[in-house]
Amino acid sequence: MTAPGNAESSRPTSAPGNAESSRPTSAPGNAASRPTSTPGNAATRPTAAPGRVVPPPDPAQAVPPPAAPTAENRDRHPVVLELRDVVKTFPGVRALDGVQLEVRAGEVHCLLGQNGAGKSTLIKVLAGVHHADAGEITWLGEPFAPASPQAAMRAGIATIYQELDLVDELSVAENAFLGHEPRVAGFNRRRLMAYETRKILTRLGHPQIPPRRLVRTLPAAGKQIVSMARALSHDARLIVMDEPSAVLAHDEVGNLFRIIRELTAHGIAVIYISHRLEEIREIGDRVTVLKDGRTTAANLPARTTATRELVSKMTGRTIEYVFPPRLIKAEKPVLLAVDDLTRDGEFAEVSLSVQEGEIVGIAGLVGSGRSELLETIFGARRADSGTVTISGKRVTSVGGAVKNGIGMAPEERKSQALLLDQPVYRNMTLASFAGFAHAGFTDTGDERAAAQEVADKLELRPRDVTRLARTLSGGNQQKVVVGRWLLAKTGKTRLLLLDEPTRGVDVGARAELYQVIHDLAAGGVGVLLVSSEVPEVLGLSDRVLVMREGRLVHEAPAAEIDEATVLDLVMAGSLLEGEPA
Amino acid sequence: MTTTEAAPKETTTTRVLALRSNEGLVRNLGLVGVLVILVIIGIVTRPELYGDASWVKNNIFVILQQASAIGVVTVGMTFVIIGGGIDLSVGAIIAIAGVWSTTLATQSYGAAGMIFTAIVVGVVVGSINGILISYGRLVPFIATLAMMVAARGLAAQISGKQTQVSANATINGIATTKIIGIPLLVIILALVVAAGWVLLNRTTFGRRTVAVGGNPEAARLAGINVRRHTVLLYALSGLCCGIAAIMLTSQATSAQAAMANLYELDAIAAAIIGGTLLSGGRGTIVGALFGVLVFSTITNLFAINNLSTEVQNMVKGGIIVAAVLVQQFRYKSLTNLLKR
Repeated sequence: MTAPGNAESSRPTSAPGNAESSRPTSAPGNAASRPTSTPGNAATRPTAAPGRVVPPPDPAQAVPPPAAPTAENRDRHPVVLELRDVVKTFPGVRALDGVQLEVRAGEVHCLLGQNGAGKSTLIKVLAGVHHADAGEITWLGEPFAPASPQAAMRAGIATIYQELDLVDELSVAENAFLGHEPRVAGFNRRRLMAYETRKILTRLGHPQIPPRRLVRTLPAAGKQIVSMARALSHDARLIVMDEPSAVLAHDEVGNLFRIIRELTAHGIAVIYISHRLEEIREIGDRVTVLKDGRTTAANLPARTTATRELVSKMTGRTIEYVFPPRLIKAEKPVLLAVDDLTRDGEFAEVSLSVQEGEIVGIAGLVGSGRSELLETIFGARRADSGTVTISGKRVTSVGGAVKNGIGMAPEERKSQALLLDQPVYRNMTLASFAGFAHAGFTDTGDERAAAQEVADKLELRPRDVTRLARTLSGGNQQKVVVGRWLLAKTGKTRLLLLDEPTRGVDVGARAELYQVIHDLAAGGVGVLLVSSEVPEVLGLSDRVLVMREGRLVHEAPAAEIDEATVLDLVMAGSLLEGEPA
Repeated sequence: MTTTEAAPKETTTTRVLALRSNEGLVRNLGLVGVLVILVIIGIVTRPELYGDASWVKNNIFVILQQASAIGVVTVGMTFVIIGGGIDLSVGAIIAIAGVWSTTLATQSYGAAGMIFTAIVVGVVVGSINGILISYGRLVPFIATLAMMVAARGLAAQISGKQTQVSANATINGIATTKIIGIPLLVIILALVVAAGWVLLNRTTFGRRTVAVGGNPEAARLAGINVRRHTVLLYALSGLCCGIAAIMLTSQATSAQAAMANLYELDAIAAAIIGGTLLSGGRGTIVGALFGVLVFSTITNLFAINNLSTEVQNMVKGGIIVAAVLVQQFRYKSLTNLLKR
């Protein structure tokens, strides 16, 4: 049991300003006894013995000066990881475009950035999944370019991924040691594995999870613990955690922080990614902010940097979004009414309405239930309770939705909306196939002509509707998906549901898509859109809804709310709870 | 401490655990139940035979011997399917291994040479499947379908479409040898099943197979060489085919290009009935063995009643559908329970 060391970890959310002084790791007298391993020297490596107790600061030895900020003490720790101008390009996307990062031993270094800022790519580069195209990575004083995930782990970097990377049909112990199982002549040493796993789980505060239980039977929080156990099963010197708190309940987060403090007390560095500013304030030492694949701010003190500053570093844009001006319109009849819509575990008691010709935007993080909500409105998911009505008619299935004039452009364009190896016109006529049939035979000429008309209207490039959908750019593919609902034969589309309409679409094409959406609204079509990009929601919509953890938490006309407020609401309301002085 | 918070969760998960541990048992019990029903049908239809204890004992060995070669193949198939693949070429691999090991040239090296040849041919052809799939990025279905056609073609080419009689007394004796009253073929099946069980449940290779089939991305991120692992899985299937080729050659005292026809279907069906998920990531060797036994018992039932194989195939098809339906139902109800 970690009895003495967890006195401070069990305390609730620490008030900023006094938290650091009570932390054992920041006591200057204690710092000297901390492992000061020289880079590259594995012999002096702190052995993170499982189950070992973190000694509390000796009060006689050192009474920390109350004003001493944590970062100052940590500055004495050696830099273990350094990134300079790291670049990673994927076809069509510059995911990392000059990332700087410096991580010291024993610190919790937070990475902050909006969706698509490059955080996930960055950690995959560190984990050996992707390889940087340019730039320098130094790990323990030596150039670092892991060829495989295994190489990164051997070098001492363990990663806890956001998507749970567990195997359901293997046991807890087998998952923890997957890829580096203790074995003799090919046989897994099951007892040893179970024993080691039990030790790690005890250290993680969950000794009640049986190492031999199948992971499939664990709840989400239990799976997260197993992911952590896997990271600890490696003798890691740096643990990267990608939104580890996303699936955890509040009390579990406290436990997670206790574990992180224990790790850092042993000199292990932690890179912590989270959208929740309050968490960063509580657990973080320094913050590096990414935006559009670049580092916009490095090594800010986690506790004392004002929220406004962090948010502005995250949002300060280099790309100017061009939104067509919105006209203020009179009240129109309600087109879509959603009442108390609930799907267990996804969203609850959502009520909203969309008027004719109105654009309503939903801002929210991935996993806030926004995509699920849209799909339920479209009838693709069955609601557990609540109703969806369009012009007074109930909608419960996709067929009914389409018949009543609802069209949808789903989030995953390529897998959910397009037949990539079919020509554009076939993709457009997909929802209205029967309309082109004469006695059961479809008339390709008619199809092409109808598609061409829409393509001209949407300024599809190239205009040729016989090209394969695969050959189009992201923006033009999106036009094809939207165009599907504009074909006359589809029937009159009165409501468009757009899920991340501009994901993977370049800036120029975005402006065109925005214009298309506005033109549709001007023609009386209601639009309900979801986007992770707050400026897009604000610039495009008449009215903004904010969704967090499956609930609508705020509603305001787009003109009366700003980006920082929305971002803050999306990320759990720390602004409203007051900033640190 | 945290134990108090976790207490209520513990009780729900314990409930689920109890349910889970029953799951495998229930499935195997279900298959045992099917076997019992088949035996009862046998007793009802031919009571005079079942009155004779020595006939019953002998008939059990007949069933097991019939199950032996296909059982060995099914063990390899189960590994491939758990690993997220499928092997349509097992029958063809048996044919080419059997034909190659019974050419006059090979027979001149004696029994050891024949066994060696059959196993090497099986492993090599299986490895080619694996390499095409993991390094050539062919879909397993297509790669092994092509191999199924090509290997039978090569077998026909080598044998000149003739039945190649085995003149080797040792090889031919395998099928007739009994050790302490148990046919050697049945002992081979038992050994392969036992080895398969140990390999799947106790070795790093077996546990990684579950990972590769169940969550390939997780396996890759954990540092497992998924491609190499896939090649090994198909090589293992080929190895089982090589062993089965010797067993079948011994039973028929000959080999030909048409031997082990449609074995791929029987092996896949037996694995699926035994609870292996066709999408990979889950399966048991014991279940697969029961699947094989159900099939060979049906065959036996029809034989002792002098009924046609056509009716038999219809019944087989029905059983496959029923088994998969039950499997889906059970999986759904399980996941529903977990959600609750």
